[in-house]
Amino acid sequence: MHELSVTESLLKLTLTHAEQANAKKVTDINIVIGRLSSIVDDSVQFYWDFVAENSICEGATLHFDRRPAVLHCGDCSKEYTIDQEMTPCPACGSYCTTILSGEEFYLDSIEIEKESENEG
Amino acid sequence: MSAIRVPVVEKIFSANDRMAVQNRQLLTNNKVLAINLMASPGAGKTSFILETIKQLSNQFKIGVIEGDTAPVTIDADKIISAGMPAVQINTGGNCHLDAVMMSDGLAQLPMDKLDLVIVENVGNLICPAAWDLGTHFNLLIASVPEGDDKPYKYPNIYRGLEILIINKVDLQPYVEFKMDYFRKGVEMLNPGLATFPVSCKTGEGIDAWIVWLIEKIKVFKNS
Repeated sequence: MHELSVTESLLKLTLTHAEQANAKKVTDINIVIGRLSSIVDDSVQFYWDFVAENSICEGATLHFDRRPAVLHCGDCSKEYTIDQEMTPCPACGSYCTTILSGEEFYLDSIEIEKESENEG
Repeated sequence: MSAIRVPVVEKIFSANDRMAVQNRQLLTNNKVLAINLMASPGAGKTSFILETIKQLSNQFKIGVIEGDTAPVTIDADKIISAGMPAVQINTGGNCHLDAVMMSDGLAQLPMDKLDLVIVENVGNLICPAAWDLGTHFNLLIASVPEGDDKPYKYPNIYRGLEILIINKVDLQPYVEFKMDYFRKGVEMLNPGLATFPVSCKTGEGIDAWIVWLIEKIKVFKNS
């Protein structure tokens, strides 16, 4: 639902780093997204073409590296991966868990083109 | 042309998060405690704020930032009628407040005269959870008629809370709401969460919330 403003933030962040690197064009954008983050990557993809239009990011491909949700059981110390929210510990059934990973949402890297120094 | 990989490793919310840190610093420097109040539409956010103002107005000065998707001042007008400064922020159709809007709101409040700022976020259980505003506490108002399954359906918002209000408890005899089932879901997501069942209509449970809040404001002011 909030993916439009998320996509605008992604564009701003990408442009900042692309300009610092003197990019002529951004070709690929690598995003890490955790299973428990509330971001719908299909929606980000959908908005991307609109927000990136007429910028050096126009036409860039978004790559989503989806990370699993890993939980730690506070009762038996087991670490386990879940596909669904609110899954109890498979070893002891406890819900007393902490999230180790799965809430990530960050820009990992971008791929850019710039004029080679030997050309022109 | 040559292709180059530029490492970034920066949170996509980083611009918002930086502004949120500034907002929190401004509030803390002025010894103003701030609460981000979230709920679905109709849970009783404005009634709860008005009730809280009524109980605290003889001791503390409270400012309110009202976030609405539409350019209406219905909620802000009610707060101003209750004698407290209020600012209306129109999100222009957006589903949540962000730290920049929060900063605009704070700039319009008399920070040096306030003890508490309550931010009424846009009525929504999904989007507001993702944006740090720079407040000190996240508060959610759940209400009995919404149903007891909400923690299971909207886990992200429950995970980030410091305070949970269960409003409209006077309606329990009339609607299907299993309090045990609701609270079990909350406990799974946020063990030990400070929870206050209240009714803004009958006044039930409001005292416990007010006692808790006064203590938090005093501790914050003396920290």
